[in-house]
Amino acid sequence: MRPAFFKRPYRKLIPLALVAGLMSTGCGQQYVLLHPVGPVGEQELHLMELAAIAMGIVIVVVFTLYFYAIIRFRDKPGNTAPYRPDWHTSKWLEILWWVLPAVLLTVIAIPTVQTTFALAHVPKPKGKDPVVIDVTSLTWKWLFEYPGQHVATVNQLVIPTGKPVLFELTADSPMNTFWVPALGGMEYTMPNRVLPLWLEANKPGTYIGLSGQYSGTGFAKMFFHVKAVSPAAFNAWVAATRKTASPMTMTVYDQLLKHNTTGEAIYSSYPQDTFPTVANGFTLTGSGMYMVMRDKNDISYMPMQNP
Amino acid sequence: MPSFVTYLIHTLFPPTVRFPDILLIDAGLVLGGLGLIGFLTKTHRWGWLWREWLTTVDHKKIAVMYLISAIVMLFRGGIDAEMLRAQLAMPSVHFMPAIQYDEVFTTHGTIMIFFMAMPFIFALFNAVVPLMIGARDVAFPRVNAMSFWLFAFGAILFNISFIIGGSPDAGWTAYPPYTGLAFNPGPGENYYFLSLLIAGMGTTMTGINFLVTTIRMRAPGMTLMKMPMFVWTTMVTSALILFAFPPLTVALAMSLFDRLFGSSFFTLTRGGMPMMYVNLFWLFGHPEVYILVLPLFGVFSEVVATYSKKALFGYPMMVVSVLAIMFLSYGTWVHHFFTMGAGPAVNAFFGLSTMLIAIPTGVKIFNWIFTMWGGRIQMTTAMLYQMAFIPTFVIGGASGVMLAVVPADYQLHNTYFLIAHFHNVIIGGTLFGLLSGMYYWWPKMFGMKLNERQGKVAFWLFFIGFWITFTPQYLLGLKGMTRRLYTYPAGLGWHELNVISTVGAWIMGAGFVALVYNVVWSLLYGERDVTGDPWDGRTLEWSLPSPVPEYNFARIPVVHERDAWWAMKQKGQTMAHALRPEDVHDIEMPKNTPIPFLLGVSFFVLGFGMTFKWWPIAIVGILGVIACLLFSGFDYDDHHHLEADVVRQTEASLGRLQG
Ligand code: HEM
Ligand SMILES: [Cu+2]
Ligand SMILES: [Cu+2]
Repeated sequence: MRPAFFKRPYRKLIPLALVAGLMSTGCGQQYVLLHPVGPVGEQELHLMELAAIAMGIVIVVVFTLYFYAIIRFRDKPGNTAPYRPDWHTSKWLEILWWVLPAVLLTVIAIPTVQTTFALAHVPKPKGKDPVVIDVTSLTWKWLFEYPGQHVATVNQLVIPTGKPVLFELTADSPMNTFWVPALGGMEYTMPNRVLPLWLEANKPGTYIGLSGQYSGTGFAKMFFHVKAVSPAAFNAWVAATRKTASPMTMTVYDQLLKHNTTGEAIYSSYPQDTFPTVANGFTLTGSGMYMVMRDKNDISYMPMQNP
Repeated sequence: MPSFVTYLIHTLFPPTVRFPDILLIDAGLVLGGLGLIGFLTKTHRWGWLWREWLTTVDHKKIAVMYLISAIVMLFRGGIDAEMLRAQLAMPSVHFMPAIQYDEVFTTHGTIMIFFMAMPFIFALFNAVVPLMIGARDVAFPRVNAMSFWLFAFGAILFNISFIIGGSPDAGWTAYPPYTGLAFNPGPGENYYFLSLLIAGMGTTMTGINFLVTTIRMRAPGMTLMKMPMFVWTTMVTSALILFAFPPLTVALAMSLFDRLFGSSFFTLTRGGMPMMYVNLFWLFGHPEVYILVLPLFGVFSEVVATYSKKALFGYPMMVVSVLAIMFLSYGTWVHHFFTMGAGPAVNAFFGLSTMLIAIPTGVKIFNWIFTMWGGRIQMTTAMLYQMAFIPTFVIGGASGVMLAVVPADYQLHNTYFLIAHFHNVIIGGTLFGLLSGMYYWWPKMFGMKLNERQGKVAFWLFFIGFWITFTPQYLLGLKGMTRRLYTYPAGLGWHELNVISTVGAWIMGAGFVALVYNVVWSLLYGERDVTGDPWDGRTLEWSLPSPVPEYNFARIPVVHERDAWWAMKQKGQTMAHALRPEDVHDIEMPKNTPIPFLLGVSFFVLGFGMTFKWWPIAIVGILGVIACLLFSGFDYDDHHHLEADVVRQTEASLGRLQG
């Protein structure tokens, strides 16, 4: 006899409830760092795993020795373990534990350096420049300007999937960090500087973004949404935005500079010169310094000669 | 009402210091203060307080004052921590408004590092280093007292901020431009910069003092390689302090200039360079984390040898690794801001240097384990802290290495993973080490043991509470939760783990209560230490009676071996310490002086005046400082003679004089 509770239609709900329960206790996708949806986050995760394994080996070795020692050499009556009060050196043992951590750390160090250099450059698919988005952290909101598309958004990002997106980061506020954990690591936004960060989404979806650097009372509200959509949908979104959204006038911009929190917004255009024009040159492809050139209709990249 | 009274009330008591909980604390402080004054008056203790404590230059008494301050600050910082955890237990609760939460995490971090851990470390330095090296005091006793009073009045200046004028709210790292007037007009950040500048001067002087003491004041025969490990780490820590604090001083002073005098070193406007502050801060900050842990490496080395009844394993390697850590720790600071765009070459370099420093740290762990190997481990409270330290610190170090992997740090920086890392090393290394040292040397400082059973209860609460608090925080980091959020939305899966973490914080709070109970109970009823060597120790401090007489050693010992006292006991030579009357001569001791205390008061007045830009008050403070320094500089009457007869009498009453 079954208790009445398990009669249909409830029975169907049980697996569902279980899954929902697991999701909410976090066995699922909520460990965002462990489920990246882009190449940057994936590479970062691989290194995290590698480091965790190497450190796991150290931990296992140390814990084994440690527990053996504290169990075997307790000072209790009848303990038969050898007592050697003056044993205080052993050349080979000591060499061993300089070498063991050194070897494990080398295993981590090599790919660390490789990936550090690799991620510093935006991969440049043939003939295609990455989508550029100018990010300004304000007190306490995010302003996103699309210099190639001439649209702007607040607290909400729309990006195409399968294409690198280059973020140029600055601040007209105290420092923040721009972070979309599902896509990859963060980078600071700092006043009077422009820093690069590239990310890519390989699956459509909506991801959470937030700031990692405390910047005042509204800092905890600096969440934003990132919508990754197919390139076609992205172009459609740009076209629709330019047609239907209202422009960001200087008045609107000045409103954004106020110290407060705001909701999401999209604009069909934005005022010139709201983003620093002279970015400190930074490496886009690794082959030299690039300048991002902006004009009315497009942006382009101009390689600069090494001095 | 006259307008200046209104002005005073508005400046000193703005809305942020009028939260109900703060008003309640105000009342408590006033009552407590009145009670204390009443008690001292009624029992005629004012003279005693002045003569025995406020004007003392005795390193042993200074140690006690550091210890009391540190425990009071541990209480304050702990209350802050409990408030933070209460706020985070639920998504979207408003137990505290954002501004108060921000102030509380700022005071929590600042107090725990600068006003709890540092003075606690100096308490141990003062309590034992002169005894371990066979000296009668530190190299500069008067400077030592100045260090203490600068620290104490720096701490008072920092702590009054939450009842007068408002606390700082920019985090313990105080990154600009948020600390600039444009975002932070109140006096809070002035409090932060000025109190750290004042306390920092004291710390620098302590560094110089103990560097000179350990180099110059050792008993005959105690060569460098015969120094106890704790003396080594004291020496190296002092050297670290000497070179780490100047960048901090510069960074703080420049920030203060931006706020008080309108300069633009780090401001958002007029081309300020906030990142320069970050550089300077961590140029100090990374050596600082080793300043916070190296002395405790020393404590653990003493504790593990004593309670394993075995010499420290691999002493020369321990020395080499401490020195390696000292040099390397100046070369890793950029790992605190990999994500500030320094470029791949710089980041790779600092990632590697950070991994490099993990090697000597790891070596020490193995040496401690092998000190226990083949020994006879006694499970005292001090030893329990040591045994908890090893696994805790290893895991903290492992997560540190993960953060040193540059691309991984892009994801983990400023998340709760980072928070878990540094609490793992700072609680597992520093706090456990401090408590281990406190239980170990308590009999030497106070002449009685701390009750072991109660001590173990406190230990288990701390240890279990620690893991329940911080394990979930690693996971929260992997779920993308960043630090310093005063609230968070539901639906990101952050809730359950935060609840667990808060429960852990309560358990640690219970551990603190048990600790205080343990201390108070033991002061009243604790077992007296009549032998002077309750743990069968190895180093010279255990050759002295507990508590130690003012002059420490009636006759300076001669050292032939490492673990000098153990060697003497092995050879049956402990009686060599019982003196013949003719061995005792007059002893020259430093003389008490009110100058260090008055110097502290003057700096306090100066700091308070500058915090509110009340220049006349600041000028009074400066004049006080100058007067103290001048007077001290020309005061040649700074020592007195202890007659040989007095010493003989004292030693005889302790049963240490032959014939
Ligand atoms: C194996 C040795 C260690 C390594 C490899 C290591 C590595 C790191 C790294 C890379 C960071 C920066 C992470 C970030 O900001 O994203 C960090 C932060 C930190 N570490 Fe360690 N660490 C080690 C040991 C220690 C020790 C012994 C202490 C102190 C006793 C300590 C205290 C701290 C603190 C306080 C922070 C963060 C400060 C802040 O941002 O507020 N670490 N560690
Ligand atoms: Cu903390
Ligand atoms: Cu560091």
